[in-house]
Amino acid sequence: MNERQSNNLVVTIVTVTNLLVAFFISGIVIWSLGEDPWFALKTMLYGAFGYEEGLGYTLYYTTNFIFTGLAFAIGFHCGLFNIGAEGQAYIGGLAVGLLCLWLENWPLWMVFPLAVLVSIIFGGIWGAIPGYLKARHGSHEVVTTIMFNFIASVIMVYLLSHVLRPPKEMSPESRDFGERVWIPQMHEIFDWFGIEITQTPLNGTFFFALLCLLLVWRYVWYTSWGYELRTVGTNESAAIYAGISVSRNIILAMAICGGLSGFVGINEIMGSSHRIMLNFQAGIGFTGIAVSLIGRNHPLGILLASLLFGILYQGGAELSFEVQAIDRHMVVLIQGLVILFAGALENLFRPQIEQIVKHFAHRTL
Amino acid sequence: MQNLAIEMTGINKNFGNVCANKDVSLKVESGTIHGIVGENGAGKSTLMSILYGFYQADSGSIAVKEKPTVIRSAHNAIDAGIGMVHQHFMLVDTFTVLENVVLGTEKGFSLKGSLQASERELNRLEKEYHLEVDINAVINKLPVGLQQRVEILKALYRGADILILDEPTGVLTPQEADHLFRILDELREQEKTVILITHKLREIMAITDNVSVMRQGEIVAHRKTSETDREELAELMVGRKVLLRVDKAPAKVGKTELKVEHLNVTDDAGVHRVKDVNFEVHSGEIVGIAGVSGNGQSELMDVITGIKPLQEGQIQIKNETITPALSTDAATMRRFGMGHVPEDRQRRGLVTSFSANENIILGYHKDPAYNRFLEMDRDAIVQSCTEQMEHFDVRPSNPFLRTTLFSGGNQQKLVVAREMERDPNLLVVGQPTRGVDIGAIEFIHRQIIAMRDAGKAVLLISVELDEILSLSDRILVMFDGQIMGEVMAKDANERDIGLLMAGVQKEMA
Repeated sequence: MNERQSNNLVVTIVTVTNLLVAFFISGIVIWSLGEDPWFALKTMLYGAFGYEEGLGYTLYYTTNFIFTGLAFAIGFHCGLFNIGAEGQAYIGGLAVGLLCLWLENWPLWMVFPLAVLVSIIFGGIWGAIPGYLKARHGSHEVVTTIMFNFIASVIMVYLLSHVLRPPKEMSPESRDFGERVWIPQMHEIFDWFGIEITQTPLNGTFFFALLCLLLVWRYVWYTSWGYELRTVGTNESAAIYAGISVSRNIILAMAICGGLSGFVGINEIMGSSHRIMLNFQAGIGFTGIAVSLIGRNHPLGILLASLLFGILYQGGAELSFEVQAIDRHMVVLIQGLVILFAGALENLFRPQIEQIVKHFAHRTL
Repeated sequence: MQNLAIEMTGINKNFGNVCANKDVSLKVESGTIHGIVGENGAGKSTLMSILYGFYQADSGSIAVKEKPTVIRSAHNAIDAGIGMVHQHFMLVDTFTVLENVVLGTEKGFSLKGSLQASERELNRLEKEYHLEVDINAVINKLPVGLQQRVEILKALYRGADILILDEPTGVLTPQEADHLFRILDELREQEKTVILITHKLREIMAITDNVSVMRQGEIVAHRKTSETDREELAELMVGRKVLLRVDKAPAKVGKTELKVEHLNVTDDAGVHRVKDVNFEVHSGEIVGIAGVSGNGQSELMDVITGIKPLQEGQIQIKNETITPALSTDAATMRRFGMGHVPEDRQRRGLVTSFSANENIILGYHKDPAYNRFLEMDRDAIVQSCTEQMEHFDVRPSNPFLRTTLFSGGNQQKLVVAREMERDPNLLVVGQPTRGVDIGAIEFIHRQIIAMRDAGKAVLLISVELDEILSLSDRILVMFDGQIMGEVMAKDANERDIGLLMAGVQKEMA
């Protein structure tokens, strides 16, 4: 076993151990509430996978987390801690929604690429401004991106309550846009092949998310741009020595973060709600941070972690519905424990696990 | 036979799979200066860290003044009468000498009381050991030589009669080093014991009574200094014969490759670092810039290599003229045919968490040879890395190994390989052998000479005077941001250059 393989093995075992510990403690809490933890686990897994509708919702949430998880990861590889996926998704989604309202009679194959483009441009600008402030003035991106989340939120409230809300409507939402620009939902796609499945919000954007995973993977590790990005993120002095522009890479990375976050709007607005709503991105941006950290900022890890959070969201909803003593807050607790152990305390068991792996690696040599 | 100040027996220390000290036994006679030499990574520092309580040995025992002693922390070591002067001083820059010496030993509630009591003791120590320093001076106003004295005073104040000095001359001018040796002499006369860790054989020969040589975690030899010589010690350190002198043919000086005119650099804090520097480097010669670290060499190098923007003055490389109006960076300089081996390979020359093949393209990653349509050409990169590792004898020759896992010498060979294989017209080299083992030093020096003989211009910046003297054809000495003088290497001697390094002009000397 070489260094890289044993390292990968350690990382895998560490992550799985952390998740098990998080679930174990969740189990204790559920047990102390007088409920059966095994039953709770079964209910959750059944809710997430057990029937078509549950699975559909799970993957629908997964799609969102893939986008914001990737958005965080790109920044992370450039040495940035982007907390702004929330606001970037909001602004990117707004642009997507406006585009759809405007071009609602155009065919989808023309509108979809444009939607991707405006999402990149608007989400990207929303990310690039903090990037610029960091690169040129040294403002810390954690502070500025949080501020930009608030700014995005206020803009949205204003637009939805004053500009986009159709007259005589009470709720702060835009009108529905035309069906021609709706992204086909999964049951429609399956229907083309003659397979009948239950209708869920899961839509074609899921495939686009998988494509993004692939593209980010190739971009970061196989292109010279990705090479520059990682160099800036790991060793800024070496980047300057190599003639790599630190500021350009920071701005670019933040723009890519914003673009990826904006795709949440495609999944939510073009794929599901078909109108611009308040808080459609609620929490997805922040969850993306946990997704990326648990997934070790690698596309494959992000895919698995997105799936995990999809399960927690959907299975958790099922759990609070089925089990009396468990409400919505319990689900948040479980998510919190997962983030605590797999994210914040990720190295708690690492030394011991490294020892064990090393021990066995020696034997197999 | 004098009694023993320190006796370490059968010391073993492992870090994971790496064996840092292997069955080391060391006897230091009291009242002597005992040298420990070895290449970087030979285990000298680990051994001393065990003695000073930073690490615990896996097995083995320590006796101080012939009493078995358990040393679990620096506190135990101080109690046992051991003091240490670290390579990087442990002083509070904004405190006075007195405050620094007292720090950590102040008694009672009132600081003033303990300061007054200490002042008398400190004055006595200064007199006794000829360690004169103004005790009310603030540390950051003192030259490094004096700061080092404060470190020694600090150890003596704490009652140390066994003093460990870790690479003490790294930051000193030759004159300051000589002064340090006189102090050490004085300490020896006063029955103190000194352990001197160094990789400079000259110092071992100049000052020590006994010497122990370490190689790969083991002590390979003990010698009386009077019964050995530099050649033997070098051979013991490396494990084979080494050439200490570099053989080179006379320089065939050609046309100007680099011309620096009226260069001035002011740093971010507003300090004038480089003051009106002018010089030329021609093809076929090695120009050395000597000077004590921190006299503007690094800033000069940063500007020439494009890492920092040019503020004032003019740089001419080949036919290109660079003025402050142009925005240039390190990539521009590379395009103009400059290779650059930076002073600090860990911080600058390499991304240590990247693999060797990713580091071999640092700065050249946009080269079409390494790129296909959208993605980089991994095969071409790995192949190029394999070739360069072969040419420069980088071990292990595994292009996929993470760079941190190479030894200092092999990391440096990777950087040197990358910059030389590009066949630059001008090579700027900073501290090419800092933290590099003797075997690799020899190799890197030969490569630099080979560049010169191939008609390239080489600008060498080093704080190792020996290195400057043995490689350069022409030597410029920097002090306080200015070039104090220019000496042809064949006429150079250590004393004259030492005076220039200390800021004394020739006429005055």
